[in-house]
Amino acid sequence: MARPKLPRKSTNVDMTAMCDVAFLLLTFFILATKFKPPEAIEIITPKSVASKVAPTKDVVLVSVDRDGKVFFSVEDADIKKEIANEINTTKNLGIDVNAFVNAPFIGVPFSQLKSFLAMPEAERKANLLPGIPVDTTKGPNEMIDWMRYTVSAYQGKKMNLLLKGDNKAKYPSIEGVINAFKKTDQLKFEMVTNPEAVPTGSELWKLAQKGQRTEE
Amino acid sequence: MAEMDTSSSGGGHKKGPGVKKGKKMSTRVDLTPMVDLGFLLITFFIFTTTMSQPTAMKLFLPKDADKPDEQNKIKESGALTILLGGDNTVFYYEGELAPNGANFKSANYSNGDDGIRAVILRKKASTPEKDLMVVIKPSPQCTYKNVVDVLDEMSINVIKRYALVDISPVEEQLVEKSVAAAAAQSK
Repeated sequence: MARPKLPRKSTNVDMTAMCDVAFLLLTFFILATKFKPPEAIEIITPKSVASKVAPTKDVVLVSVDRDGKVFFSVEDADIKKEIANEINTTKNLGIDVNAFVNAPFIGVPFSQLKSFLAMPEAERKANLLPGIPVDTTKGPNEMIDWMRYTVSAYQGKKMNLLLKGDNKAKYPSIEGVINAFKKTDQLKFEMVTNPEAVPTGSELWKLAQKGQRTEE
Repeated sequence: MAEMDTSSSGGGHKKGPGVKKGKKMSTRVDLTPMVDLGFLLITFFIFTTTMSQPTAMKLFLPKDADKPDEQNKIKESGALTILLGGDNTVFYYEGELAPNGANFKSANYSNGDDGIRAVILRKKASTPEKDLMVVIKPSPQCTYKNVVDVLDEMSINVIKRYALVDISPVEEQLVEKSVAAAAAQSK
């Protein structure tokens, strides 16, 4: 009896379809990628259920790193110029306005501001800088001055005050910053966080299920 | 080189020995390396992509009132004070703090029955909505994460009225003592 011959199948798989999928995904990810600009201040923000995207325009950002050091940055060049001029007239520091405008962030007390601006940018690393003093037990809260200059520079314009703190930052630094906000009547600010899912079964989740979640 | 003619087609016109036949090249290309490369790049881009944009939670600060009669009055029965201690500890009391600290209780950040969320929800259920006021007092030992977590609880549990307030020395001492006691117990 002759055995029925099994047709020998080729082990070669057609890779074209897989290749198509792979490159489709590749294109998607290439287009979706937004490269993070190298950050001089490394901050891992806490998570929250807030779903509002952080504003990117007219931002005044106060960062607090994991050691509780405070850094200050303003995006707008005109505003920065005004702040620099204001510092020069009121504090008599004689800082270089152009260097101030080009500096991405400020992280030193006023007394060291001039030498900080003279430093090459590559050396301005957050972990080497002392940060802006906010602890009132050790001296004046200089954040108040910074906020005062910023508020007056933003007179008549809208500003988005952002507080970006690290998970491990201790509360006293945050408190110092918040006090500076209070002192300058900036009672409304936003805290930068990473998005997180709303826990299922919670009240906010129930509201969201009903479709009436309101963003405050 | 000697080659065997394996092609079954074209059996009709056999050429003489020594005459080379034009070899038919397959048009199929092996795409496996290309797929490999594609997926390698995909993995790279997946890891570098920051898909989620940072979000922002709003916080409104109460204005510092100098005169005591200008301060916001809250009903004692509707007040819940949450105190944040170091080492991710959290304490709370309802109403006013008893002088002997009898109503000073401890909670944690878990989702369990003794978690702070359960405490807030119990308080919310037992008080009329217009009286409910949550006061958050972070101690100097707590971290920014703790503060944001508790503020986040406010929005998770839909608490309308809450405030971030400075801790008083008495409360701070009580928190420190409790944290130290808890640390000693766990050793």
